[in-house]
Amino acid sequence: MLARLAVTSDELDLFAGQLDVILGAVARVGEVAAADIPPTSHAVAMTNVLRPDEERPCLPREAVLAGAPDVEDGKFRVPRILTEEA
Amino acid sequence: MTDLTSMTAADIAGAVAAGDVSAREVAQAHLDRIAALDGSVHAFLHVDVDGALQAADAVDAKHASGAALSPLAGVPLAMKDVVVTEGLPTTAGSKILNGWVPPYDATISRRIKDAGVVMLGKTNMDEFAMGSSTENSAFGPTHNPWDLQRVPGGSSGGSAAAVAGYLAPLAIGTDTGGSIRQPAAVTGVVGHKPTYGAVSRYGLIAFSSSLDQAGPFGRTVLDTALLHEVIAGYDACDSTSIDAPVAPVVAAAREGARGDLSGVRVGVVRELGGEGYQPGVIAAFELAVNRMRELGAEVVEVSCPHFQYALAAYYLIAPSECSSNLARFDGVRYGLRVGDDGANELETVMSLTREAGFGAEVKRRIMLGTYALSSGYYEAYYGQAQKVRTLIQRDFATSFEHADVLVSPSTPFVAFGIGERMADPMAMYINDLCTLPASLAGTPAISVPCGLSEGLPVGLQVMAPALADDRCYRVAAAFEAATGPVLSPDRLAIAGGLR
Repeated sequence: MLARLAVTSDELDLFAGQLDVILGAVARVGEVAAADIPPTSHAVAMTNVLRPDEERPCLPREAVLAGAPDVEDGKFRVPRILTEEA
Repeated sequence: MTDLTSMTAADIAGAVAAGDVSAREVAQAHLDRIAALDGSVHAFLHVDVDGALQAADAVDAKHASGAALSPLAGVPLAMKDVVVTEGLPTTAGSKILNGWVPPYDATISRRIKDAGVVMLGKTNMDEFAMGSSTENSAFGPTHNPWDLQRVPGGSSGGSAAAVAGYLAPLAIGTDTGGSIRQPAAVTGVVGHKPTYGAVSRYGLIAFSSSLDQAGPFGRTVLDTALLHEVIAGYDACDSTSIDAPVAPVVAAAREGARGDLSGVRVGVVRELGGEGYQPGVIAAFELAVNRMRELGAEVVEVSCPHFQYALAAYYLIAPSECSSNLARFDGVRYGLRVGDDGANELETVMSLTREAGFGAEVKRRIMLGTYALSSGYYEAYYGQAQKVRTLIQRDFATSFEHADVLVSPSTPFVAFGIGERMADPMAMYINDLCTLPASLAGTPAISVPCGLSEGLPVGLQVMAPALADDRCYRVAAAFEAATGPVLSPDRLAIAGGLR
């Protein structure tokens, strides 16, 4: 559900077996005694990066909307978000 | 000047600058070879004939005006399709982006254009750079120019095959767990993964943001270094870009080419070899180590005990980051949208779009990553993998106290047959056994051809500490100078005279 993939039942059968094998392999990380080891999220030290607060031109609206699957009145058109009750 | 497609990038640039050949002739020769042979290699997803010729003409006009040319002006290049290019289709090998034309250039695309390098087109790849064979492309596999029934490695297989097949002297790839080094190794070319943060990721379609790094391919170490210097350097558009001078890789390649490694301490990583490695690969690697010793290197053995957990850590960290990064493919702002019939709600349309747009490997990794990040499993999987990442970094740090560079085979085996490993994800993943540690540590590593096994190329991996990319180039260039080329046109399975 979180993955937002409408997988078919055939795919589920295939993936379930494969993911079992992969999970078994990656679970090996648990063999390492690392209780007091700090985690690394990035190989380089992460510090906040700031840039001067200066106005810069952004991409033209038409250029950005040109790649959209659906456009209306110069905006992205999206499917409805709420279920109508009627 | 009859064989423009077999020249090195350095020689092409020299000939263009000297006025011996026009950039247009060079571009046309490569476009002709692509037209003749890429039907059987399928290195390219999109060839930009007009754009390439225009870029070449601009170089020729600049030369005619008497202006100085940059070091690679007029040299053709193949660009991996994960790098966005303004006005040129960019798919990342995925159906979900089929037909998308980016409205902007990646920083490296811009740098390549500004340097007068002539972009021939976009190369095939495993979908979103997930894979080791280029078979996960939604647009069909790329074939290894050495043997068309075999894979060219991946995920940057199209870029590697283009360079190996003399379709382009240079190419850009990206490397998350080995996607430059592994295809370079199995196609007999040079490929370098720079220090994480050395090359801007702005405009790279993200797979695993803490690991993704773009880098150069070439047929020689010097060519690869020349391209490295074009693309590397600080970029304010990438928050992880390192604000430090670019390592002097071209000077290092030239110094290395003198063939002297005296005073260089080379560490052989005990854990990267032995069981599971093809005997021919091990034999070629051992010969390579002996050769480095003959060149004056002091060879020592080092132990990196946590490297054996790199595969497990990687296949938790990379899928976790991918499951988050690929959430942007929601059928709203770009690419495919499926199931928008007026009745379906947004979430249903997203799920149907992603189901239709993603291939099997991408789906597997999204599911795996979503699972590894879910509450209750996070600490045991993702959290623990991040700790293992720390230990792998420490293994490197300890080893670099005893050695200036570390070496290993680039891959456990040579190029395998198309279709051979597709049914078994783990059989595919072990391709990256040797390349994963440097990815997790963010350290630079190069693959340079070091011989043949069963008639197919084997790669030598040279790893260095962060920001010391020049050491990789120096050692690789010395080795290359001493051994001579592995790749040559007459060793390839593709016909077609070079011109």
